[in-house]
Amino acid sequence: MLRPLRLTWLFFRIGALNDLQYRANFWLQLLQSTIQLGTGLAVLGLIFSQTPALNGWSQPELLAVMGVHILMGGVIGALIQPSMERLRQDIREGTFDFVLTKPEDIQVISSIREIRIWQGVDVIVGLVVVGLAVSQLRESLGPIEAIGFGLALVIGGLMIYSFWLLITTVAFWIVRIDEIAELFQGLYQSGRWPVTIYPDWLRASLTFLVPIAFAVTVPAQALTSRLTPDVLALAAGFAAVALIASRAFFRVGLRHYSGASS
Amino acid sequence: MSAGAASSARPAPPRLVSPLRGLFDVYVAEARIAIAEQIQYRVANYMFMLGMVAEPVIYLVVWSTVAAQQGGSVGGYTAGAFAAYYIVWTLVRNINIVFTPYGWEWRIREGRLSAQLLHPLFPIVEDLGFFLGWKPVVVLLWLPIALFLSLVFHPVFSATPLGIAVFAVSLLGAYLIRSLNQSSLGLITFWTTRVGPIFQLYIAAELLLSGRLVPMALMPIWVQNLANFLPFRWTFGFPIEALVGNLTTEQLLGGLVAQLFWIVVGSILVRVVWHFAIQRYSAVSG
Repeated sequence: MLRPLRLTWLFFRIGALNDLQYRANFWLQLLQSTIQLGTGLAVLGLIFSQTPALNGWSQPELLAVMGVHILMGGVIGALIQPSMERLRQDIREGTFDFVLTKPEDIQVISSIREIRIWQGVDVIVGLVVVGLAVSQLRESLGPIEAIGFGLALVIGGLMIYSFWLLITTVAFWIVRIDEIAELFQGLYQSGRWPVTIYPDWLRASLTFLVPIAFAVTVPAQALTSRLTPDVLALAAGFAAVALIASRAFFRVGLRHYSGASS
Repeated sequence: MSAGAASSARPAPPRLVSPLRGLFDVYVAEARIAIAEQIQYRVANYMFMLGMVAEPVIYLVVWSTVAAQQGGSVGGYTAGAFAAYYIVWTLVRNINIVFTPYGWEWRIREGRLSAQLLHPLFPIVEDLGFFLGWKPVVVLLWLPIALFLSLVFHPVFSATPLGIAVFAVSLLGAYLIRSLNQSSLGLITFWTTRVGPIFQLYIAAELLLSGRLVPMALMPIWVQNLANFLPFRWTFGFPIEALVGNLTTEQLLGGLVAQLFWIVVGSILVRVVWHFAIQRYSAVSG
């Protein structure tokens, strides 16, 4: 159990040292995040110039959703997506052979090889937005809500990881799935709003098919005192299922890998 | 060793051919290549398209919710009108897919441009032809999505024959304006290796000033006025409104003139930028 964690830390350090060489990228990322934040705020302003509340969510509450969305986007961009894109590329080009020769768990190695620390700027921006939103909310945030928020974030992150692993594993069968990143980015945009505003079929898809509801809306519900313990328990249960299922699917996929030289 | 720097034996610059001046054969050839290539990657194309359709569906749901809360309509748009707007949006967005500045970044950073410079053609002509050829495939794949969205969101259309005709023509105009502008942006990578933040700024401006995010009628008046003097609106809002908005004949034809103006400006800009940019190009083993 400890070994994967040690490996993760090691790869994290290597990745961080690598990225730290390119310090100008920090400022570029900050600029990019600021532009996105500005656009997001403009949209919120536009909506609330027309209506006092969106389906029961007030302006600070929607700001909290936006903050969580940016934060989780930073986690995905820094920790999850880079390794998954590398995995997809390696499978396609046959260089996945090199991973297979390592005496470690293939899934663990495949999931931690690449990080982009500057994408983590969004984690900080997201936290700032969440902080601003919480300070505007009428009810103050108690310790239970804070713990619920933390737990919901971790559970949501694990689900997004499982989802990325699932869709990347498809690369073992279908050669060109480069557009998967665009597909995910597009779907992820829906998390900018609480999933409760979507029609039933879409809400169900965004909850169980693509776990964006769990990744963004549930943590935001924790912040806005809407989260009940049973929803959190359901999220935890679903995360466990997603982790097991994605691992099983990855193993099936592995057996279909034919390598570069065959 | 950089070819550009070894100035004495520098090859003649590629012949600059206006992208608007025919070259019909090249376009047809590029288009056929694009069709053959993209038909192979149906799954990839669908993933791309589904990811893209998420954007208007989100806006549609958000604004329909606002409309429902405001007693059925907001800014003159009912839920049905929003549905029509954003379903047409999906087609316009697909037509508006062009070679992005990120593509230019890759092309220039990796020295891929060297091979293209050997062609006796302005590289942007090849991009225009290729992406234009991709469109029939895109439209074919788009039809089921449009059908699905129509069944789910019940759009209300009231298009006039002139509106339909102007819509069809304006799609080409929108494609050209966006292609030319993004090419000019892409050429910035001759000076800097990272175009991301500049492109993001362009996209942010486009989102707010084009009708991509929300019909322009919902924007504050000063934003609407500002948008009239910028190219963005003529690539999204105008084609969509030509079909679903109740534009007057004057507005319809005026929009086409505005498109033509921005095509001319875009063509001149891309050639001027290219003139200065290409002098800076250097490639490994180029």
